[in-house]
Amino acid sequence: MPEAAAVADPMVPVPYRVLRQRREIDGVHTLDFEPAEGRTPFRALPGQFNMVYAYGIGEAAISLSGDCDDTKTIRHTIRKVGAVTAGLCSLGKGDSVGIRGPFGRPWPLDEARGADIVVVAGGIGLAPLRPAIYGLLAKRERYGRIAVLYGSRSPEELLFLDELKRWRGRFDLEVEATVDHTTGGWFGQVGVVTALIDRAGFDPDNAVALICGPEIMMRFCARELEHRGMSPADIYVSMERNMACGVGHCGHCQFGPEFVCKDGPVFAYDRVEPIMTLREV
Amino acid sequence: MSSAFKDMAAIVSEHPMFAGFAAEHRELIAGCASNVRFDAGALLFREGEPVSRFYLIRYGKVAVELASPSRGHITIQTHQEGDIVGWSWIVPPFHSYHDARALTLTRALAFDGACLRDKAAADPEFGFVLLKHFSQLIAQSLERVQLQLVDVYGEVQSA
Repeated sequence: MPEAAAVADPMVPVPYRVLRQRREIDGVHTLDFEPAEGRTPFRALPGQFNMVYAYGIGEAAISLSGDCDDTKTIRHTIRKVGAVTAGLCSLGKGDSVGIRGPFGRPWPLDEARGADIVVVAGGIGLAPLRPAIYGLLAKRERYGRIAVLYGSRSPEELLFLDELKRWRGRFDLEVEATVDHTTGGWFGQVGVVTALIDRAGFDPDNAVALICGPEIMMRFCARELEHRGMSPADIYVSMERNMACGVGHCGHCQFGPEFVCKDGPVFAYDRVEPIMTLREV
Repeated sequence: MSSAFKDMAAIVSEHPMFAGFAAEHRELIAGCASNVRFDAGALLFREGEPVSRFYLIRYGKVAVELASPSRGHITIQTHQEGDIVGWSWIVPPFHSYHDARALTLTRALAFDGACLRDKAAADPEFGFVLLKHFSQLIAQSLERVQLQLVDVYGEVQSA
């Protein structure tokens, strides 16, 4: 797994300005940031996150959701779940934030060379996986079959719908979406995202799975992938645990023996599975 | 053996659900099967009504729905080619607890539940294997419904 990009001073936020803001779905906004002053290019890897500081409110850990080959702008897709994220979602063009990062271990795209790839996303979990999908498609020839499986609560809550449609139109990518329930107007699949794993085209003996979504969903998906014959060591999950310092000093995100901000957020499932079912953690 | 029966036996043999069955048991199952088709909108099951069959979808798409006076038809699951639809035929009182509606033209193999129950009663070994496989289908279905019930996508950490 490649090492995280070096951060000059990980505790000092760098000023950035909002370049554009877009409402994706109810309560979820995508913001593009550019450096407030002339800065060196921002280099990050898919799966990493930044600590984004809404001035006067506080910081939140937000995964990158844009193309990591674009070193001029930073893209974050943010769900309003508290004061900081609500503050960030209310920002408009030209407003300022502080950004620390990037932090954490990325998705193992280099290690997955030659393998089939199964991307499983649930709800807002598609956002941290989008940079990985961009990365896979940018070097498509390196991989075998690629399946993107996406589950959401309802059709109205499917993220990046235009992009999903574009990806679905490709001959070298399998894209399936399902929603938990619907009352009509949706002609796609209905049911939980685990049901898509049954049908996805991949060789369990030579596949790498990338999963991001609510923790319960990730556990069930990992179990379904294991039923298909995959090894837990080839299944990667992105964890979320109240990250604060970003460098493993403060202990806010301690998860058993791991620090999610430093040792994760992307973990091989065999490393975290025993901890995920511990009630005390 | 008629060629139509041979075709059904072949379809049953090739389906993963029946992979663990002995050849003679697969033949017993195929002997209770018939070809059916449903136009878009037709009901395979209706909530509260007796269920005498289950289906193996060969083509098309089927929605499992619950009817709500205020929300209309709520689709809770869709099935497609290769899926098995229905297990109420094996659990007394053999009534459906939901509607199942063809969303498109759907072709399927229909399996007569009473026919299979009679064969299972006459051959306990067959009955055990049949129940064992259908209990896995029921367990998988319950697990998926549990995931829907907990509304996993509503899970948030405040930030």
